[in-house]
Amino acid sequence: MVSPDLLVSLVPLLPLLGFLLVALNVKKLSHGVTSFIACGSVLISFFISVYLFVVLQGLPEEQRFINVTVFDWISTAGFSAPFSFLIDPLSSLMLLIITGVGFLIHVYSIGYMHDDEGFNRFFSYLNLFVFFMLLLIMGSNYLLMFVGWEGVGLCSYLLIGFWFKNQNYNSAANKAFIMNRIGDLGLILGVVLIFVQFGSIQYADVLAKASAYSVGSEAITLITILLFVGAMGKSAQIPLYTWLPDAMAGPTPVSALIHAATMVTAGIYMVARNNVLYALSPASMNLILVVGLATALFAATIALTQNDIKKVLAYSTVSQLGLIFVALGVGAFSSGIFHMATHAFFKALLFLGAGSVIHALGGEQDIRNMGGLRKYLPVTFFTFLIGTLAISGIPPFAGFFSKDEILAHAFADGFAVWLIALIASLLTSFYMFRLFFLTFSGKERASHEVMHHIHESPKSITIPLIVLAILSAVGGFMGVPEALHGSNWLGEFLSPVFAPSASLLELHHLDHATEYVLMAVVIGLTLVMIAAAYFMYVSKNTVPVKEGQALNGIHQLVYNKYYIDELYNAVVVKPLYWISGKLETVVEKSGIDKLVHLSGSAVVEGGKATRWLQTGNIGFYIFAMVISIVALLAWVMINH
Amino acid sequence: MLTTFLIFFPLLAALLLFAFRPQSAKAIALGASIVEFSVSLIGVFTFDKTGGAQFMVNVPWIASAGIHFAVGMDGISLLLVLLTTLLVPFIILSSVESRYDKPHTFFGLILMMQMALVGVFTAADGFLFYIFWELALIPIYFICLIWGGDNRGKITFKFFVYTLAGSLFMLVALVYLYLQTPGSHSFDISALYAAGKALPASAQSIIFWGLFVAFAIKMPVFPFHTWQPDTYTVAPTQGTMLLSGIMLKMGIYGVIRWLVPVVPLGVAEWGSTALILSVIGIVYASCIALVQKDLKRLIAYSSIAHVGLIAAGTFTLSKIGIQGAVIQMLSHGIIVFALFFIVDIIAERAKTRSLSELGGIRNVAPILATVFIIVMLGSVALPLTSGFVGEFLLINSLVHYQIWIGAVAGLTMILGAVYMLTAFQKAMSGEVSYLATGFTDLTWNEKMVLYPIVVLIIAIGVYPAPLLAISEPAVNDLLLIISDVTAQIK
Repeated sequence: MVSPDLLVSLVPLLPLLGFLLVALNVKKLSHGVTSFIACGSVLISFFISVYLFVVLQGLPEEQRFINVTVFDWISTAGFSAPFSFLIDPLSSLMLLIITGVGFLIHVYSIGYMHDDEGFNRFFSYLNLFVFFMLLLIMGSNYLLMFVGWEGVGLCSYLLIGFWFKNQNYNSAANKAFIMNRIGDLGLILGVVLIFVQFGSIQYADVLAKASAYSVGSEAITLITILLFVGAMGKSAQIPLYTWLPDAMAGPTPVSALIHAATMVTAGIYMVARNNVLYALSPASMNLILVVGLATALFAATIALTQNDIKKVLAYSTVSQLGLIFVALGVGAFSSGIFHMATHAFFKALLFLGAGSVIHALGGEQDIRNMGGLRKYLPVTFFTFLIGTLAISGIPPFAGFFSKDEILAHAFADGFAVWLIALIASLLTSFYMFRLFFLTFSGKERASHEVMHHIHESPKSITIPLIVLAILSAVGGFMGVPEALHGSNWLGEFLSPVFAPSASLLELHHLDHATEYVLMAVVIGLTLVMIAAAYFMYVSKNTVPVKEGQALNGIHQLVYNKYYIDELYNAVVVKPLYWISGKLETVVEKSGIDKLVHLSGSAVVEGGKATRWLQTGNIGFYIFAMVISIVALLAWVMINH
Repeated sequence: MLTTFLIFFPLLAALLLFAFRPQSAKAIALGASIVEFSVSLIGVFTFDKTGGAQFMVNVPWIASAGIHFAVGMDGISLLLVLLTTLLVPFIILSSVESRYDKPHTFFGLILMMQMALVGVFTAADGFLFYIFWELALIPIYFICLIWGGDNRGKITFKFFVYTLAGSLFMLVALVYLYLQTPGSHSFDISALYAAGKALPASAQSIIFWGLFVAFAIKMPVFPFHTWQPDTYTVAPTQGTMLLSGIMLKMGIYGVIRWLVPVVPLGVAEWGSTALILSVIGIVYASCIALVQKDLKRLIAYSSIAHVGLIAAGTFTLSKIGIQGAVIQMLSHGIIVFALFFIVDIIAERAKTRSLSELGGIRNVAPILATVFIIVMLGSVALPLTSGFVGEFLLINSLVHYQIWIGAVAGLTMILGAVYMLTAFQKAMSGEVSYLATGFTDLTWNEKMVLYPIVVLIIAIGVYPAPLLAISEPAVNDLLLIISDVTAQIK
């Protein structure tokens, strides 16, 4: 029997090896070999993850963790960051999602990237991404998490700018990296402060010492806020969200894997991992709640007006992540993780479905040029429908259970919180069905040329869609609430991770009657939204107006994403470059350097008394200097 | 013995090149530098990890004046000597012989430079240190003056006078300290330490500024930096590599060896000022790098920003900060060397360094692009590259010192990404510009230089432990020397 230690190390190691193999032979490998290496490495990691999950299940609840130290990474001056892994229920669940969904998206990419000349390069980046994502999740200390955190940011950068001939894509890639770096600075400062406070950056040590702090401790509040700044960047929350919609420049499988299912959930993982610290700081929790609510609502309104199929899904992702932060903000950590898991299924499904549509239409992404695709793309249509139902929260699809849990906790926290979260959810079902109807129903609006070539996607694309559709359909059953006579298996499974914070946060529980009423209200209103979307986009056949046509005031504002990019440009980017320009021309050249020259001249003026030495030839000075040194050396030798 | 060899062997090789003017000057210089590197590796492997100054040589030189030829290496010296002996072969290998008129002089000067640099990093006598310090200026001055670009006369003159002026302050400070030593006076390092420590705080403050100005100019630290961008830009590539890869470390090394332990009270008084200047320099130089149009000049400003962080971390006088500074000196040395080499490769092929004219090189030179990306990631301190280890330790030390200062210094993480990524995008990505036509990918010779560097960047990033272990005892010793003084203040 192989030791679990080795198996744990293999999980991230295999994708790393896959990356190295493909990257070092990027010119030589055939597409087939590359696909085999890239998909195979992730698949084996998935199998190992399943095995570790089973092993973990078999352990008594309080011993559900495996620690593995590989080597000492940075260790000096009393600071120590080993390369060490921690498998516990939280990381185990994340491993399953990352390697499982990751594998499906790898397979999908074989078909999707088939004709691309950068096929091998693409798969090498994808494997590298999986490696870093696994480090992020498995690291047993903050610095190793940071390694993964920045590493996935790198892969995101490389993949957004994958088609590097297009400078708009490259700019989107730079934007993603730089905005994430703003968050990362917060995160790393938080990590250092943890070291200052706790004298260690191992999760276990911090957890053990956290109990010494009282609720409301200023040090903990500062730490948790700084960490959350990192989450704002990585998980695209206000104000650092604007990179994510632009990140859609990357190939669609990347949008599904990195910008929907895995990387953007890193912030959620991080907050959940630090649930004890957050529980000690009500101020940070409130901040998370407010940011989550604002983002959920704000991004949902933008999604209502977008016409690019991927942009709609991108804003939807931002909004859904906001909803998950609402759950974290009210202290319902396991509900947040639950929705993160189901969201990984249905949002990956929706993105891959969108990719299948784009693939079929030869690159078309504008839903105004789609319509009536149902009969041409039956598998895509059907799976996309399941994804849409799941995200809208229609029972018994996955999103229903997880969203219901969040809304119930929101209600318990306060009516206003619930109301905003509810509005965001209702907007979600509306814009998703708008997207669905405009794509698959109604008139065919694509050109004859496009319709002539239309075809359902190959098996490598449809099979992942079907698997994800099944997961989106039944994934919710891992967390059926007690009100529906479920056992909430997921909540139980994760409870050891959240137990320390549970004692600090007293979560209000609703009685079953209230829960039933809430469920009924939510489902009823959701059906109304779907009906409204049907009425508007199927019965009335409304098509969003063409580019350049006048929109009314508010619509114009929302369609242009509230001009936030323009605002950042005017308030941050332009001033930064203006100041930098002035620093160079005014401070540097006319200021400091002038002074230097002036003092130089002053010395020369003063030195005129010794004019006989000034031959004006610098070579002479050097010569004199060298001669003096040589003479000195000679004199010393003679004297000995 | 080993140290003496490391100092005089390159000099010997240089003198041979000057005297015999052989045909294959590059090959001979390369051979000599590889021998030198191998010997320094022997030093690394026989070094006693428990610490202390080793490979000591101490013979009277000008006995009547208390001047000794005293050299030796503790962990900090050893790592900087290693950096020097590692980079010089690469610098020689990276040069195209045919580009230089009188190649024997050119390579001879590089070897002379190496001798002086090793001397600076190993000297244990104040006078000897000063001699090597000045000696290092001469070859680099000639390299810039003879083989530099447009306007080199004026620019190298400024460089020379500026740095020489700085050193004169140091000379005065050293002589003053020397005169404070008891008996018939001595330049011995421990005698100078003792003399410095015995001085009242006010006198130590004056000495502090004398020494600090010399070191600050060399690094350079804001606002003593204005000679640097012009000199880096106009110098021939190998000159820029010597200046940025190794020579600027003389300044940091000076602070660690010849400033902090010499006048601890002066440092206690003024160190925070120096630290703040360094942090201002990080942001200031990063901002100016943002608006550079010449790729080489952009890297020059980025170097000011990076060295600012190293200096700031050093002035926290904490173990973690100085350890960070030492490892970051190594990392910065290899990364900045590679960056300037990449700029040279691009500029030679495209005949321009202007970011607005370049573009699309990635299409025609994918290997160069990949190497550039990895080196760039090292420069922006991505984890698992060498740049991260040092940057993290340095920022860590600054947060310990004062959180807001740490946060401001940390802006380098963001601004560094902005200017490097933008520069990469402009030069490498996009459609092929007309300049890139006929642009060939890396040659065999270039790969020989860049591949090992890339491996080093990642290897140090993944496993920095052995390097950190070498310098740790030396840093402990240093902090021990000043500990009683810092305790007195409290």
